Amino acid sequence: MYAYDEIDRAFLSERVSEFRDQVARRLSGELTEDEFKSLRLMNGVYLQLHAYMFRVAIPYGTLSSAQLRRLAAVARKYDRGYGHFTTRQNIQYNWIKLAELPDAMEELAEVGIHAIQTSGNCVRNITADQWSGVTPGEVDDPRIWAEVLRQYTTLHPEFSFLPRKFKIAITASDHDRAAIKIHDIGLKLKRNDEGRLGFEVLVGGGLGRTPFIGKTVNAFVPARDIVSYVEAVLRVYNQCGRRDNIYKARIKILVHELGAEAFARDVEAEWAQIRDSALVVDDDMVADIRSRFSYPDYQELPETPGELVRETDPHFRTWLHNSVAPHKEPGYAIVTLSLKPVGGAPGDATAEQMDAIADLADRYSFGEIRVGHEQNLALPNVAKRDLPALWRALDRIGVATPNVNLVSDIIACPGLDYCSLANARSIPVAQELTRRFADHDLAAMIGRLHINISGCINACGHHHVGHIGILGVEKNGEEFYQITIGGRADEGAVVGTLIGPAVRFTEVADVIEDIVEAYLALRARPDELFIDAVARLGVQPFKERVYATR
Amino acid sequence: MPLVKANVIVSDDFVQVADDAPLPDGAILISATRLLADAETILRRNGNTGVVWPNNRSVAELVPYLGRLAVIALVFPTFRDGRAYTQARLLRERYGFEGELRATGQVLRDQFVFMLRSGFDAFDVKKDSDAEAFCQVARRYSVVYQPTGDGRATAHDSRRALQDEDAR
Repeated sequence: MYAYDEIDRAFLSERVSEFRDQVARRLSGELTEDEFKSLRLMNGVYLQLHAYMFRVAIPYGTLSSAQLRRLAAVARKYDRGYGHFTTRQNIQYNWIKLAELPDAMEELAEVGIHAIQTSGNCVRNITADQWSGVTPGEVDDPRIWAEVLRQYTTLHPEFSFLPRKFKIAITASDHDRAAIKIHDIGLKLKRNDEGRLGFEVLVGGGLGRTPFIGKTVNAFVPARDIVSYVEAVLRVYNQCGRRDNIYKARIKILVHELGAEAFARDVEAEWAQIRDSALVVDDDMVADIRSRFSYPDYQELPETPGELVRETDPHFRTWLHNSVAPHKEPGYAIVTLSLKPVGGAPGDATAEQMDAIADLADRYSFGEIRVGHEQNLALPNVAKRDLPALWRALDRIGVATPNVNLVSDIIACPGLDYCSLANARSIPVAQELTRRFADHDLAAMIGRLHINISGCINACGHHHVGHIGILGVEKNGEEFYQITIGGRADEGAVVGTLIGPAVRFTEVADVIEDIVEAYLALRARPDELFIDAVARLGVQPFKERVYATR
Repeated sequence: MPLVKANVIVSDDFVQVADDAPLPDGAILISATRLLADAETILRRNGNTGVVWPNNRSVAELVPYLGRLAVIALVFPTFRDGRAYTQARLLRERYGFEGELRATGQVLRDQFVFMLRSGFDAFDVKKDSDAEAFCQVARRYSVVYQPTGDGRATAHDSRRALQDEDAR
């Protein structure tokens, strides 16, 4: 966890007072909606179908129990008692009133939470692997560097009015849980041959109307130079990115139009001018930030405690196998809390659940909670001997569905139920699919399978990179859904392939079942994953199965 | 539109001259095209010269004239178009321009802090109420997180200073 100091707190309080002034000027009519729009967006406030939506940042997906309790309190006091965790380590409130927003922000600021740059054409909340600092094998804790960049990009005077939004993600693991290849900048922490810490820098990934996988523009930027390198990328983009067409304004289009090599040359030329400047991340600064991340005082615990062995409840064993991951410290585990119950809206949590999870974090996880882009939560520091007790408690509040990474662990945007941009509903599609695949034995037999649903081409549900992607479109006033297969968001990121004509709302779940059945019939071995079968077989056999009878 | 310099509303000494109009005596503000067409002659005349520089043209082109230009006016065609922030920083921090750097176009209250930090020191403010609030708005943030040419101490600098104090 990262502790804010007086300086950060003073800043947050100044930010809230600025926003209070902006809201007052909007309510009095001094600011037009157009003028207010970019100001509210930079504070995470959208105007949605029914109300204002408020998107709060959870930088690098790390929360303290006190912060989670405050998120619950805001849900209760200013919203309808729940929040929605997004694919970018944010939480969204969908029913908040404009006049009350400054108060909600002030309450969040008291625990070091804010909504700065969670939307707008600026550098967004910096995301990182939700298992940062606890998963085995990392070269360093990516959150240290996410925090370096969070501070550097906060209210950056030069880069707050970019051509379009700008997203940065960081991982330090070979298995990429942060989806860095679909970000404007993806950073992979590594050590070079001399053992120096640095980053592989990818630029130009992104989904939306024109999906691209990020390209490596520099294979090793020393850690001390990462801020100047990012500034060089942003400066080239701010000057050269397209502003004539909103759909061509993301950096991915610039990289594509210039070519990655030419783009990299422009960045290198700019970087050469600013590399040895005040932007150098000196050891002092890193040490200061590192010192404000608290790490638990781990005890020496057995890897296989008696409590774990003695708990033979088959439901527990299923959950243990599905939702519990190895920890870097012996005797500890990382526990994922599924926010994907059968029939639920993916990523939603009630205030009661948040409070209960905060209490369980205090009791079992050194007061720490994580938020992942898959829209699930995690308790990152659980002693293995506590797993049976924790499981019972999680099960009681409905967050122990053993479906992590399985077919019903669906990523979905809010869709037409909430969003003014959407063309089609997402949540009811997800809900129906979780019912179809509610049988755990079936889901386990299918194995790892990511379904992603977006209610429009903006792709907030990352449909392009779902193993199965579902995109809502509108045809003559009716909801239709395009289905892609073969996408992935991890270190092997690739954009999925369309299988054929869009299908109606009522047909989507049947089509997905057909695709899954085709996979089960076609897979080479029981352990050949869906994504590997599609890579081996191509789209054709799935297409034939889906459209043969339609 | 009120012009703000050093926190107060001032009168504008510069006359903006159209490309086809004859050049008057005194301080003038002309287009980039006009300046570059005959820079040496124009810069030799009696009276200060300023140029309105579009936000899609490299400021490196201005380098030969920087010492002789009194004003460079950069343009915000809409407040959402942030190219002039980069131009301002390059002019100040890379090319060492010391004259007046004026923000023009859609210049609103909520950009003042960004503009000041990027090196602007004159502001053609769109609304009177914003111009009057300039001084108060400019002081809104006691904390900044990133170094720019404005030389303000960053959050990290302040932390280091506090630590040094503690150490003494």
